[in-house]
Amino acid sequence: MDSNIAPSQPSVPTVVSPPMLQNEPPAIAARTVNVFYGEKHALKDVTIDIYRRQVTAFIGPSGCGKSTFLRCFNRMNDIIETCRVTGRITLDGGDIYDPRLDVVQLRARVGMVFQKPNPFPKSIYDNIAYGPRIHGLTTSRKELDNVVEQSLRRAALWDEVKDRLSEPGTALSGGQQQRLCIARAIAVSPDVILMDEPCSALDPIATAKIEELMDELRQDYTIIIVTHSMQQAARVSQRTAFFHLGELVEVGPTEEIFTRPQDKRTQDYITGRFG
Amino acid sequence: MMQPLHAPPNEAGVSALPRRVAESMMPTEERIGSRHTDAAAEARLRARYAAQRRFKAYGVLAIGVAIGALLWLLITLLSNGVTAFVQTNLRLAITFDPAVVDPQGNQSPESLAQGDFGRVIRDALRQRFPDAQGRVAVRNLLALLSSGAEFELRDRVIADPSMIGTTQPVWVLASSDVDMFRKGFFEKAADGGAGGRLNAQQVAWIEELAASGDLALQWNRLFFKAGDSRDPELVGVLGGVLGSFFTLFVCLVLAFPFGVAAAIYLEEFAPKNRFTDIIEVNINNLAAVPSIIFGLLGLAVFLNFFGMPRSAPLVGGIVLALMSLPTIIIASRAALRAVPPSIREAAYGLGASKMQVVLHHVLPLGLPGMLTGSIIAMAQALGETAPLLMIGMVAFIVDIPQGLTSSATALPVQIFMWADNPERGFVEKTSAAIIVLLAFLLTMNAIAIFLRKKFERRW
Repeated sequence: MDSNIAPSQPSVPTVVSPPMLQNEPPAIAARTVNVFYGEKHALKDVTIDIYRRQVTAFIGPSGCGKSTFLRCFNRMNDIIETCRVTGRITLDGGDIYDPRLDVVQLRARVGMVFQKPNPFPKSIYDNIAYGPRIHGLTTSRKELDNVVEQSLRRAALWDEVKDRLSEPGTALSGGQQQRLCIARAIAVSPDVILMDEPCSALDPIATAKIEELMDELRQDYTIIIVTHSMQQAARVSQRTAFFHLGELVEVGPTEEIFTRPQDKRTQDYITGRFG
Repeated sequence: MMQPLHAPPNEAGVSALPRRVAESMMPTEERIGSRHTDAAAEARLRARYAAQRRFKAYGVLAIGVAIGALLWLLITLLSNGVTAFVQTNLRLAITFDPAVVDPQGNQSPESLAQGDFGRVIRDALRQRFPDAQGRVAVRNLLALLSSGAEFELRDRVIADPSMIGTTQPVWVLASSDVDMFRKGFFEKAADGGAGGRLNAQQVAWIEELAASGDLALQWNRLFFKAGDSRDPELVGVLGGVLGSFFTLFVCLVLAFPFGVAAAIYLEEFAPKNRFTDIIEVNINNLAAVPSIIFGLLGLAVFLNFFGMPRSAPLVGGIVLALMSLPTIIIASRAALRAVPPSIREAAYGLGASKMQVVLHHVLPLGLPGMLTGSIIAMAQALGETAPLLMIGMVAFIVDIPQGLTSSATALPVQIFMWADNPERGFVEKTSAAIIVLLAFLLTMNAIAIFLRKKFERRW
C-alpha cells in the first residue's frame, strides 16, 4: 500500500471555515522565542498566538524547528541538557518559563502525543490511569474506572478494548496504540494537547481515524499538531504556521495559507518545489 | 580482489572503471541481459557467497572449540570427582561393652562422650582377623580404619543408646588408603602390596573383607556435613559452602543496593560535568583493578584499621562487594540506558516528576538487565580466591562456620587448599568440590534467570 496517498476524505469538518475568534485572548502567546541546542540556534525570534478550541498546524521542511517549538509549550526541552530557551511563552496569561512555575503542573495542563506510539509496557487500564494516579485526580477506584472509560470513549477506542483492559497496551495495533496515547493524554484533562507528527507511523486508515478524532477533540481542547503532510494540515487545522530554517515564515487561517500564501517560501513549499 | 562490486557513477567516463566492468557496460548485440548477469558478475557473486560461507565456518568453528573445551572440562571433572561421593566402609561385629563406651553407666550423652569407641572398633577388627599378631601386624591392621570412625560411631550410639551392651554388625569408615584401593586408584605391586601405601598383608585383609561382603562403597554423607580435615576420607565441603554463602550474602546485600543506587543517580540525576566524568572514568578503571589489590585494601583498612575479625565472611563479603561494585554499576547503567527514551518522554509528557519517571518506568524496565549484571558480578565473586587470601580466609578451619563473624573459608579457597595436599585421596575430593562449586553457581544463575523472567513477564 502506498502510504503517500491521502486517505479518502475521512471527515469533512463540519465547520468549513472556522470563526476566527480574534477578540478572545489567545490560549498560548509566544513572544520572540529563541531556542539554542548548545551553539546551534534552532529557533529564531518566533512570535505566535495559539487560539482556543482550534487545531493549529505547524508545517515546514525537516529540521525547521517546528517540533522544537512544540516542545517549548510543555517544556519538554528541559530534559535536553544543552537546550536553552529565551523569550516569553504564556499559557492563559501565565509565563510558563517562570522559575516559580512547577513543570509537573504545566505538563498536566499541556498534554502531549508523540510521533511514535509509546504506550507504557503496562495494561491498557494502567496506561490511562497513570496520569490521574500521579496527579491524584481521583479518590476512588470507581471514579478512576470512570475516567478510564470516558478517556477511551473520547479517543474512540472504548469499543475495541473494553473487554481486554488488562491486556498490555503494547499488544494493540499501531493506530490503536496512538489512540491509546491520546486517551492517556486526555485522562489528565489538559487544556492543550500537543501532537508531534502523530500519524507519521500509521497507515492511511489509522490516520483517518486520528484525524477524525482531532476534529472532535477540538470542541474541548486547544490542539497544536506538527505534521509533514500538507494534506493533513489542510484537512484538520484551522490555522497553519509555516516554519523554515528556524524562522516562523507565515501564520494565518489554513485556507489562506494554502490558497493565498503571502511569502514566496511558503508558496514554494506548499507547491512542492522544496522540502 | 579489490574489484568494486558496483561501478561508481563516474562522469569521467568508462576509462576510469576497471576494464571488465567497462567492457560489460558497452552496448553490444551479443550480450544478453545486464552486467549483473554475465560471467564476471556470477564470479563476483560466487566469491561473495564463498566469503559468507567462510565467515559462517569460522563462527561454527569457534563455537565448536568452546563446546569441546567445556565438555572436556566437565568430563574430566566428573570422571575424577564422581567417586568422591561414595566412600569405602567396613562392616564389623562390634560389641558395645558398657564398661568401655559408657563409663558412668547412665547412657547419658555426657557419659557416652567419654566412652572409648575407638577401642570397641579396634577390638572388633582384631577379633575379625585373629591372625594379626605382633605390634607391626596389629598396627598394619588398624591402619585399615579411619581415625574418624570412632566419632561417627559415638554419634550413632548417642542417638540410639539401646545398642549398648549388644553385639551387632556396624559399618565403620575405612581409611583413605583402603578407599583408594577399593576404587582402583592403587595398582597392585609385584610383592602383593598396592600403591606404595598398602603391604601384601593389608591387601589380603581387604580382599578377604571384600569377598565376605564386609567392604562396600556407600554414599558419602560426611562430604556434605563436615568441614576441612587432614584425612582425605573425613573432609567435607559444608564449611566451604557455608563460608561462601555467608560471604556472598554480605557481598550481595552491600553491593546490589549501593551499585543500583549509584547507577540510578549517575545515569538519571547527576549533572554531566567534569566531576561526574572523573567519577565515571574511575569506576571503569576500578572494574579492571586486580582483585588482590582489593584484598590488600581489606587487610589494611578493615582488619588493621577497624580491627575486624580475621578469616570472617563479613570482611570477605565487604571486600568482594567493593570488587563487584564497579561491575554492577556499569551493568546497571547500561540497563538503564537501554530503556527506550520514548517511555521516559511519555511519562514526562504526562507530568510525572523525575523520581516518578525513574521509579515507575525506567527502573522496572531496567531491572532484568541489572539483575543479570549483578549475578555476573556475584558469580565472579563466588570464584574469587585472591582477595580472600589476604584477609585470612585461607586458614585450615575444621569447624562449620556459624555466622558472619566466625572463622571460615570459601569454596574456591578450599579447593585451592585441597589441590595442594599430597595425599592421593584429595585428588577426587578436589574435583568433587569443584563440582559442588559449579552446582552452587548453576543454582545462583537459575535463581537469577527465574527472577529475571518473573520481572519481564510483569512488564
